Amino acid sequence: MAISRRHILGMAGALSIGTMVAGMPGTAAAWEPTKPIDFIIMAGKGGGADKMARLMQAIVEQEKMASKPLVPVNKSGGSGAEALIAAKGANDPDHTIMVTLNSFFTTPLRQPKLGIDIMTFAPVGRMAEDTFLLWVHKDSGIKTFEEFLAKVKAEGNKWVMGGTGKAQEDELLTEYLNINYGLKIKYVPYKGGGTVAKQLAGKHINSSVNNPSEALGFYESGDVVPLVSFTAERLPLFPDVPTLKEKGQDFAYGMQRAVVGAPGMSDDALKYYQDLFAKVYASEKWQKYRKDKSLFGDELKGEPLKAYWDAQRERHRKMLTDMGAIK
Amino acid sequence: MEVLGLLMDGVFIALDPLNILLMLVGVALGLFIGAMPGLGSVNGVAILLPATFLVPPASAMIFLAAIYYGAMYGGAISSITLGIPGASTAVATTFDGRPLALKGRADLALVTAAIASFVGGSVANILFTLFAPPLASVALDFGDPEIFALMLLAFATFVGLGGDDIPKTLFSIFFGLVMAAVGLDIMTGEPRLIFGDITGFMHGINFLVLAIGIYGIGEMLWTIDTTRGNLTMTEAVLSIDRILQSCKESMRSWKGTAIGSFLGFFVGILPAAGATPGSLMAYGVTKMVSKNPKEFGKGHVGGVAAPEAANNSASTGAMLPMLTLGIPGSPTTAILLGGMVIWGLQPGPLLFQTQTEFVWGLIGSFYISNLFALLVNLAFIPLFIWMLKMPFTILAPMIFVLSVVGGYAATQDMHDVWLMLIFGVGAYLLRKLDYPVAPAVLAIVLGPIAEPKLRQSLLFSNGDPMIFLTRPIAGPITVIAIILILLPLLKLIRDKFKASKAESQA
Repeated sequence: MAISRRHILGMAGALSIGTMVAGMPGTAAAWEPTKPIDFIIMAGKGGGADKMARLMQAIVEQEKMASKPLVPVNKSGGSGAEALIAAKGANDPDHTIMVTLNSFFTTPLRQPKLGIDIMTFAPVGRMAEDTFLLWVHKDSGIKTFEEFLAKVKAEGNKWVMGGTGKAQEDELLTEYLNINYGLKIKYVPYKGGGTVAKQLAGKHINSSVNNPSEALGFYESGDVVPLVSFTAERLPLFPDVPTLKEKGQDFAYGMQRAVVGAPGMSDDALKYYQDLFAKVYASEKWQKYRKDKSLFGDELKGEPLKAYWDAQRERHRKMLTDMGAIK
Repeated sequence: MEVLGLLMDGVFIALDPLNILLMLVGVALGLFIGAMPGLGSVNGVAILLPATFLVPPASAMIFLAAIYYGAMYGGAISSITLGIPGASTAVATTFDGRPLALKGRADLALVTAAIASFVGGSVANILFTLFAPPLASVALDFGDPEIFALMLLAFATFVGLGGDDIPKTLFSIFFGLVMAAVGLDIMTGEPRLIFGDITGFMHGINFLVLAIGIYGIGEMLWTIDTTRGNLTMTEAVLSIDRILQSCKESMRSWKGTAIGSFLGFFVGILPAAGATPGSLMAYGVTKMVSKNPKEFGKGHVGGVAAPEAANNSASTGAMLPMLTLGIPGSPTTAILLGGMVIWGLQPGPLLFQTQTEFVWGLIGSFYISNLFALLVNLAFIPLFIWMLKMPFTILAPMIFVLSVVGGYAATQDMHDVWLMLIFGVGAYLLRKLDYPVAPAVLAIVLGPIAEPKLRQSLLFSNGDPMIFLTRPIAGPITVIAIILILLPLLKLIRDKFKASKAESQA
């Protein structure tokens, strides 16, 4: 019911804009969506990417930024493969946008058969980069990264790191630690970051590399302790937690939270979505969320975003090759 | 009693006129959403989430929780009247609800479902109010081996579900497990069984697609075949007397209601499980402890009461890890959690201390929503009975359309609609050959939970299965499960032995 009324209002709005534009000769009509916009989410309902996507949808809706509603569709299959294929084969690329994470880089690399070239997607906007920290349970007694290394070395292959998915962000970070510090951490994949946080709080796993938003609840209650962050600078939320860089590794790793358009999107439509998400980015709610969840990464769009994708793709190619996930 | 004081404050917050209105609208909407095949509480809550930004967070949460509640009641309606599970949580309700309706006792089934739901919800609310924080730590103690042991127990209770033909039951379970294996394997990150490169299989086979196929399409074909379209529900009449009589009769199913209420709550608070496995397990256990297990599947009231009590109880239970740990216990609570993040609330161990008003207002609303849902549901029962009076020649096309809509709604993919039709025809053929289909449904629900837990546990133990026997919580559960699995086999051997003895004596 709510939708149908919004439809009517939207149509009325579009009509009045239409008449206004028609009444002003010489003004080029800006592109406007003519029907509800498919908003593909590259992850399942309730996960980190989903929460963020629904927050964006909520902001667009609340502040009435778009004349047509965004309709979220979750396509979580195949580590994002399903979403990528759906966007690639979209009937109407001008009305299809997608929220992506790092599986945007890793899945096409790991599954070349999909025939996805991420450079064909339209660069709408990077809204943030999520950060990663290394967490242990407070009962482990470990307080510093050095103690962590000593303890893990002593445990040999008994140390268990829990993470989200296979050959994705969390395992890439685990492998990075294994390779660069000569460790033998065992990686156990779970379905989502929330589950991983719970496993650590219940002491079923020894450590995690959760995003701040996933571990925040147990951090505030004092159950889990952050040891080091995988960022270029210290996180404002965790000013006492050193970065891996301070520990002598020239390494920082983030998770892109970007909106992309379906391949084949027209330039006019791309411009519209870039402006729309620039407004979302600048909104008070989004800025507060970025601050609360300790998100990095400024807004990027257009060519700079594509350059970022290219760099990220090459970087993930190297990381995946190092861990032996691809040849 | 500090808890009582907090609860009174909570009820007071929930009784705010705006909140009362939201609860009434919420349970009514939920009832409708739950009754529509394919649309469950997940879809309802996800669709209506943006609409809640107009009201304060506490009211928004109360509204969404009311939808969640209403949907748990509503799911039973189409399960009973049409034989199509209205939501995944109500699949177990079709097992006995539909046969009851075919016998002309739809009123009894609907009343039982409503009362059992109310009792389940109430029990869960009381447990929630009194024990939320300690129960949260129980949920934390359940690691991968424990969850796997519990799933094993669930399978064990269902070995007898398909009647006495154990090989056919096992076939059905294994068929379900294979279906459950389709899609992304999270342990290796590789897609499995996607038949070359059919993208529709990448998200796996949605459980509802299988369930609607089997119970919607399969049941429709079966009914057409057996009755040649001349089916009439002779006794589908309704009066206040009948309802009162049904109330009395449904009281006799108290055992199922009790089992469902407690088991459902417990399964609900475990992250990863949720209301669907909870209701299926409650059905299995109730059947197991029943004096006449043979009546189940043919229209036993206990078979309606147990899953309905369990799904309401589990839905309240699933709120517990969401609020106290920030971990959703079911897909619907995952969306609610997303909502809380949008409202700027941080679910987690500190929520009970930092957001007292929000938490207790919500808990207070559980009690009131539960009552509203019961009243709204009872008020609508005559309408559902009236639907049953339609000739089957009109009802069958409606079932077909609703099944197709339901198959599409779950994932919005035509691929799943075709799949559902194939499952429907397949289920009809299996039924002709006397194979039980319920175990396959169970397997496709529990398989995706059990399999990763098994593999994660074995990763911990470096491949040693003793991990399921040596841990303090997992050990006893595994032992009970193994005994239950062996029980029917032992009985079979004993019966054979007796029979041969009797023969030799004769």
